[in-house]
Amino acid sequence: MKVKKKHTREIAGIIILFLFVILLENISGVIPGMPAILQPTSPLFTVLKKAAVYSLVAVSMNLLNGFTGLFSLGQAGFMLLGAYTYAILTVPTDQKAQVYYLFGGCAFDFSLPDLFQGIFGNTGVGSAVSLILATLIALILAGCVAGFFAYLIGIPVLRLKSDYLAIATLGFAEILRAIFQWQKLGPVTNGANMIKGFPTFSSFNITDTTGNTILRLSTFVPFFITTVCIILIVCLINSSYGRAFKSIRDDEIAAEAMGIGLFKHKMLSFVISSFFAGVGGAMFAMYVANAQAKAFTSVMTYEILLIVVIGGIGSVSGSVLATFLYVACSEWWLRFLDSEMYLGSFKVPLLRNGFRMVVFSIVIMVIVLFFSEGIMGDNELNLAGLHRRFQRKHSAAKKERE
Amino acid sequence: MSEDVLQIKDLQISYGGIEAVRGISFDVKAGEVVTLIGANGAGKSSTLRAISGLVKPKAGTVIFEGEDITGKDSNAIVSKGLMMVPEGRRIFPNLTVLENLKIGAYLRNDDLEADLETVYGYFPRLKERSWQAGGTLSGGEQQMLAVGRALMGRPKLLMMDEPSLGLAPIVVQGIFEIINRIHEAGTTVLLIEQNANMALHVADRAYVIENGKISMEGTGKELLADEKVREAYLGSVDHK
Repeated sequence: MKVKKKHTREIAGIIILFLFVILLENISGVIPGMPAILQPTSPLFTVLKKAAVYSLVAVSMNLLNGFTGLFSLGQAGFMLLGAYTYAILTVPTDQKAQVYYLFGGCAFDFSLPDLFQGIFGNTGVGSAVSLILATLIALILAGCVAGFFAYLIGIPVLRLKSDYLAIATLGFAEILRAIFQWQKLGPVTNGANMIKGFPTFSSFNITDTTGNTILRLSTFVPFFITTVCIILIVCLINSSYGRAFKSIRDDEIAAEAMGIGLFKHKMLSFVISSFFAGVGGAMFAMYVANAQAKAFTSVMTYEILLIVVIGGIGSVSGSVLATFLYVACSEWWLRFLDSEMYLGSFKVPLLRNGFRMVVFSIVIMVIVLFFSEGIMGDNELNLAGLHRRFQRKHSAAKKERE
Repeated sequence: MSEDVLQIKDLQISYGGIEAVRGISFDVKAGEVVTLIGANGAGKSSTLRAISGLVKPKAGTVIFEGEDITGKDSNAIVSKGLMMVPEGRRIFPNLTVLENLKIGAYLRNDDLEADLETVYGYFPRLKERSWQAGGTLSGGEQQMLAVGRALMGRPKLLMMDEPSLGLAPIVVQGIFEIINRIHEAGTTVLLIEQNANMALHVADRAYVIENGKISMEGTGKELLADEKVREAYLGSVDHK
């Protein structure tokens, strides 16, 4: 009974979060005269969308690095696979000639949204249903393709230890990026050019017949997908498989002596982590509204690794928290450092294009040097626990006063 | 008379070119406590690792309950009911005590409550600390946890690799009392020890390993009384 009660509270929390996000992105449309920060073009929503996408990738990396103790740097490669799978499957047929114009059209004439629109129709509810189904299936397939490739390279690579595994997966991601830019594969991957025209987060905004937006859902959708995926990952971590992953992280030999098949469990963790990285990659493509191999560099992997380290290796909520902080800093809060500023007639020194990255690097170095455990260590954010701690402090202070 | 649980025939193990175990044979019968004693590097731990599938033997056979398990994967061996308490305890430091215990029962799908109660019965201290991370326990408590974790797998044969390693004498005594109780509850135990005095007191039968070969065997009492064993492993020769 107690467990059930706990879960209802969590479910309520998630629903409130969803409602809050929907309210936040629609309030400027409902009530006129809202501050600029709540307008749809405000950086707030860019940050929220990007952070929602990145937090899924960060949590998937944490599952592998933090909970299973496998240090892999292939995240960008799996994201790339996911992004391309999603993009190739969902570009509408009538857009293909335009997208693939350099290669004289796409190699195959298939598109999930068109397929479903053929079944459900392309107006009103029918088009909404086909959009949702097409996106859902494309996202799952994006994850499956990433997971399948993870399985293939896992066979040789998972027998390697720590550093070697990192090098091998990093190399894999780089090779993949080169292959996807290969001109010969142009009819499928569009070579070094971007694939675009597929459904993005903005496609989920509900419009009336004249094209005016009635209800914005472009921030809610990434929040929703990420939340569902993270819940699945948390369930996995709390299951007996998760316990086995953690035991492998703690002590491989003891885990083996307890009858845990090392290779099987490492493979499981690697494939699942890559699956969600693939889904995250597909969402990244939706966020930037294009899929292009040169976006998925090792810098992206390092960014995500940094988020995991800042959030705390082995903490899901830490990863999510760190993602939002990181993305907000890099995309928004530290932007002012890039433009020259005058206080009266005094020109503030050092502020110029690129200075943001200098400050950012210093902040990160300070965090890594002095807070090596990250924000959360390997603890989880727990509202009930926070509340209890607060109460304890409160009552202690009360006693002192008396 | 009673049936052999474990039979080792001419087991040989080598690491690279170095021969650690050079053809040893012994057997463990149901309900016995058998101990292998010997100095550092005699090949005791290697033997145990080969039995539990952590290293592959070069030659020889390991027969468990009439079935050849030589060179099988450790999870296949564990699933047959052969659990090990590894050398140096090797508990999972970041997992809670309860999680550590549950890992021991990883290959079982049935209800764990009864076994948890049994283990907590042996080690009430673990129950008090069930939500504490394994790494925060003292050495003795960690050894209790390692033994409890192995018991969670409902072993037919429990193998212990130097449970007294690095523990205070009083704690060692407690561990050996537990071994006695586990034995009385009907579990067969294969014990590997450098602390020959303690080991020989609890053992029904004992083998002495020297340089990868068995040099002596007998009941625990026989070996305790043996001059050579006393000189080599019990540290002192009493001159009355």
